[in-house]
Amino acid sequence: MRSRWGLPGMVVIVAFVALTVGACHKKVPPVARPVQPPPPTTFASPTKPPAPPEPISEPVVVPPAPFAEDRVSTASLDEINKNSPLKPVFFNYDTAEISSEGQKILDGNAEVLKKNSPWIVTIEGHCDERGTAEYNLALGERRAVSARTYLVSLGILADRIRTVSYGKEFPFDPGHSEAAWGKNRRDHFVVTQK
Amino acid sequence: MRRTILVLATSLAAAAVLIITGHAAQSTATPQQQPPAVSLTITGEPGALPRYAVPDFIALSSDAETVEAAKTIGQALWDDLNFEREFDMIPRDTYASIPAARSLASLPFDRWRELGADGLVVGTVERQGDSLRVEVRLFGVKAQQSAFGREYVAPASNSRLFAHTIADEIFQTQLALRGVARTKIAFVSDRDGERLTGTVETRTVKEIYICDYDGANQRRVTVNRSLNINPTWSPDGRSLAYTSYRRGAPDIFISMIYQGTIENPLHSKGEENFLPVWSPDGTKIAFQSNRDGNPEVYVMNRDGSGIRRLTNHPASDGTPTWSPSGTQVAFTSDRSGSPQIYVVGADGLSLRQITRESYCDRPTWSPAPYNEIAYSARTGPGFDIKVLDLATGERRQLTFGEGSNESPAYAANGRHIAFSSTRAGKRHLYTIERTGKDLRQLTKAGNNQTPDWSK
Repeated sequence: MRSRWGLPGMVVIVAFVALTVGACHKKVPPVARPVQPPPPTTFASPTKPPAPPEPISEPVVVPPAPFAEDRVSTASLDEINKNSPLKPVFFNYDTAEISSEGQKILDGNAEVLKKNSPWIVTIEGHCDERGTAEYNLALGERRAVSARTYLVSLGILADRIRTVSYGKEFPFDPGHSEAAWGKNRRDHFVVTQK
Repeated sequence: MRRTILVLATSLAAAAVLIITGHAAQSTATPQQQPPAVSLTITGEPGALPRYAVPDFIALSSDAETVEAAKTIGQALWDDLNFEREFDMIPRDTYASIPAARSLASLPFDRWRELGADGLVVGTVERQGDSLRVEVRLFGVKAQQSAFGREYVAPASNSRLFAHTIADEIFQTQLALRGVARTKIAFVSDRDGERLTGTVETRTVKEIYICDYDGANQRRVTVNRSLNINPTWSPDGRSLAYTSYRRGAPDIFISMIYQGTIENPLHSKGEENFLPVWSPDGTKIAFQSNRDGNPEVYVMNRDGSGIRRLTNHPASDGTPTWSPSGTQVAFTSDRSGSPQIYVVGADGLSLRQITRESYCDRPTWSPAPYNEIAYSARTGPGFDIKVLDLATGERRQLTFGEGSNESPAYAANGRHIAFSSTRAGKRHLYTIERTGKDLRQLTKAGNNQTPDWSK
């Protein structure tokens, strides 16, 4: 009786293994197939577990196709931004309040924007490394927005000014001193369209 | 008519009572359902953890890859079983002298008993084309009885996955503990040193990476040469949501990392969307946005529809995290004058402040059965990782001023926390037990930040 069932049984197992291996190639999620646990086996007579081997697989990471460059980048804009007439505004620790010194700088920037009416600018809000990465995103955002609000109050059209917070992700000075932090707490102006 | 309704209602109530009592009767009459085929649970000496030994697996094929895999699986499995500190793992060099068994039928149990092992994990590795076939047994040494046995077939390319699978099954069958050996950690790194294009200043690209829970198999998953931050795993572990500046303004992107496809549910028109976090059921994403003028917390459906505002305050509200049931959200707000952590119902009601320290951020709600929130807290010049037990209000500190420690993320079983730290100079990722023990460094290259642990 045993031998009669042996061959078909083997065929079923082989077919099943072939199926599961095939499935691995198709990158299906890991299979958690319920397999009956083997009965406790004694050392003297270890028996094979009743079920066929459990296929384990891990899906393969597929890198996405690179995005086309979305950012406008022309040589002439680079020239403007290299020696930008728009000056950065610096901030005290953990505040988005524009100081009187900052207001003077923004007054100057407003004059430049009035003379160059087609310009569209992005104000980047930056923070020093002393806050957390997450909270600094909000702080940088408020720093950029407070400069925009001030410029709009001087008559610059709001839709000429975009804001982006970089938190503490792109420090201008990689140092860990008060001098470096002071440079990194700033609104940085970038001309993105002219 | 009224009478009919009354009768109907009465009979319905009676039926309900019947069902309830019937159920109760049943549960008292029949014994608790047995877990299927309970096998041997290996115990240690009274009051001690069970001592486990994991020798190299036995290579049944003689090619170099199989021999190497047999070694790798043994070592990785020892490390995996050691991670949860529920077994007393016997150092592997102390049993190097015990001769390798030829097969699982000829194990020198006397020698393992002499060594003091309670549990012995042995296995064989055999080549099958491009795959490996691994057979493993966990023996109770005293009883000389098998407590667990499985066979696996998988591609030979990632032999560590055998070890991780075996470890998780041993945790499950021996301790009813959900292991995390097959979980992954997503994070941000600048390690490739690529320069951002389109800026005058030198800025280094930051991309999303993933690695195994133990730091092995570190791989890059975004390639947009921009700033990509704050990755979070979908509950099914197949997608990562993150903040990307690839279109200029920071916006939320979802990468289906095993298909290579990307979604951009909100399509920012200039507003800034940050810090996505998936609801526990994977249908919603909470995030921070300035779409109404200042940073607030919002919830959207995964496809970007049904945007709902959860907070409403002129101060900054952000960095959300979901409670395990999805009924509450914790977030950071500086409405009191400094960043502190608050909890609000997912309906926007029942707001309460839960920290009153100098500066707290990145709340991360633990999975059940723990009911705690880990966060970054200013403790001096930098930050340390703290945990607040929501039931008792007790607080404990996991790091103590070595570098600045930020962005805690829980393992799926709540027993470990990943975070970033500058303790070794550059910012790197570490894991630590929720009790503050067993610190491990996961990354070595570049700067690495904001880990998130898969579910």
